[in-house]
Amino acid sequence: MLDVQNLSMRFGGLLAVDQVSLDVQEHEIVSIIGPNGAGKTTVFNCMSGFYKPTGGKILFEGKEIQGTPDYKISRLGMVRTFQHVRLFNSMTVVENLLVAQHRHLNNNLISGLLKTPNYRTREKKSLDRASYWLERVGLLELANVEAGNLAYGQQRRLEIARCMVTEPKLLMLDEPAAGLNPSETRDLNQLIVSLKEDYNVSVVLIEHDMSLVMDISDRINVINQGRPLASGTPDEIRNNDDVIKAYLGEA
Amino acid sequence: MAAHNLKHALFCAIVTLVIAYPILGFNLVASGTDIILEGAKTRTVILVLLAAVAVFLFQLFRDNVMALLGKAPALNPLANRQPMEQGKRLKLESIVLTLIIVGALFWPFFVSRGAVDLATLVLIYIMLALGLNVVVGLAGLLDLGYVAFYAVGAYTFALLSQYYGFSFWLALPLGALLAALFGLVLGFPVLRLRGDYLAIVTLGFGEIIRILLNNMTSLTGGPNGIGGIPDPTLFGMEFGRRVKEEGNTSFHETLGIAYSSEHKVIFLYLIALVLAVITALVIRRLMRMPVGRAWEALREDEIAARSLGLSRTAVKLSAFTIGAFFAGFAGTVFASKQGFISPESFVFLESAIILAIVVLGGMGSQIGVILAAIAVTTLPELAREFSEYRMLIFGAAMVLMMVWRPQGLLPMRRTHIELKAQE
Repeated sequence: MLDVQNLSMRFGGLLAVDQVSLDVQEHEIVSIIGPNGAGKTTVFNCMSGFYKPTGGKILFEGKEIQGTPDYKISRLGMVRTFQHVRLFNSMTVVENLLVAQHRHLNNNLISGLLKTPNYRTREKKSLDRASYWLERVGLLELANVEAGNLAYGQQRRLEIARCMVTEPKLLMLDEPAAGLNPSETRDLNQLIVSLKEDYNVSVVLIEHDMSLVMDISDRINVINQGRPLASGTPDEIRNNDDVIKAYLGEA
Repeated sequence: MAAHNLKHALFCAIVTLVIAYPILGFNLVASGTDIILEGAKTRTVILVLLAAVAVFLFQLFRDNVMALLGKAPALNPLANRQPMEQGKRLKLESIVLTLIIVGALFWPFFVSRGAVDLATLVLIYIMLALGLNVVVGLAGLLDLGYVAFYAVGAYTFALLSQYYGFSFWLALPLGALLAALFGLVLGFPVLRLRGDYLAIVTLGFGEIIRILLNNMTSLTGGPNGIGGIPDPTLFGMEFGRRVKEEGNTSFHETLGIAYSSEHKVIFLYLIALVLAVITALVIRRLMRMPVGRAWEALREDEIAARSLGLSRTAVKLSAFTIGAFFAGFAGTVFASKQGFISPESFVFLESAIILAIVVLGGMGSQIGVILAAIAVTTLPELAREFSEYRMLIFGAAMVLMMVWRPQGLLPMRRTHIELKAQE
């Protein structure tokens, strides 16, 4: 469903991403790994529309989307999380999820001002969807707490729930396990697999936690210094000499 | 520590001297064709010196003084207040608001004409501040040219009535809509800017509108302004002694009561009151709607909001346009109240005052903003005797506020949507 072809991103004299290609099929978890500064997040930023790539193509469901504004890309069904959690801290947990459903709600000002029945049902629906996902990530009892007061692991889960209420087709997770303890990482592992299995969402994952990556990925792309280094199944990557030299060997 | 304080205190004292002596001390005296610069009188010199000493001492013992002030509970009774439960707070708020509105409905019949007039002005400022609160407090866009939309509203009514004989009630929605349109058109190029840059550009826009009004003499009358703006009518009843327009009747004759110029003032006050209440209610509702949440989300974290499919331009534009709409409302009422408007009424100082109201009241907080609007508008009127020092008192009040309650009179307490436990 997602096909990135020869993606390049140049910042002045710095070629941060050079001819990277990757593809994601439906019902698949694809990981991008590589040493710090390899350009993984830059690839993400290009895919999610935050950067306009200087070269290459990005096809989502057959349509070229490179250079499309970020908010339009997320409306197409490609939603991302961030390396550093970005929640609306002074809003409550449930409100974070309501903001995300902005476009599912009736945008008509008048019907909102008058609280028409139609508006009410929509608002009710989005609250239901929010509480469903809160339950799913285990945050239901914290629904009315300000998001900024959650523990770090909970914030991570809330961020994923916030993406899921938009009903995406493709979820892009940027280092979701960063800062989590081993047991939280295990939960995250299960959650991501269940997103794929139960909700038919494809996942692109940037992650440094190798056990997580090897465990859940269907395929892995390795990037080093902006260039693609290898791609294949976890087993192939584990046994690839270049990858071991460039990346795993250092660990 | 002490050495640092001493140095700082000396510096402050010298600054005081350098600033105060020329401003207060020097006098220009005309003698024949020449102008002579006179030095300060002994009394002024002594006063300036005393002030410098006071500044020196305060800065020297600043930490102790501030600690003492912080301890005094009477000065800041709200400091250690426990936040109220949301349900309880909302109930209390609605009771207090209803009482205030009912009181405000009957109040003008018992007070003097001047007081009612002032109250109308306060209500206009409340509308303006509530509108700006959407832009600055909720959406987090610093707008220093807000007065431009106020001017658009006022001039729309003035021009329409002068050239086409529009009545107040027809011009009211038109003025607001035109102001909103201006907000929309201005917003498009401007809203990609952020923070300081946005502030500067909006400031420029405010000045452009004023200077345009000043210079398009053939249309707007330039600095001479536009007079003879009609008063609002009540179902075709005019409030003047004699009926000006054909087909209208006069209020006092229809009701069979004696003519009083107060009727008109009270009627305007009531119109302003109704409009201010509508403004407050509409904005209150907007805050709880998806648009309101989008404003806040964009203010909190723009990147995250965009990644969730919120269009930055659309969300910011909606805040800007809605803010401008209510400024247009206020402008129309203002034009009708004054009966005469000129570009003089829409200088930058107005924008600054409205912004000061929002900041003093507590960004985003409606009740806080309303209280601040009352305080900021009435205090200068009450302090008319010290008219020369009005701005000084105003400034001092601002500084004190920033020291004691930097978050504003009643900082915004967001009303959260609660997820009820489901069985």
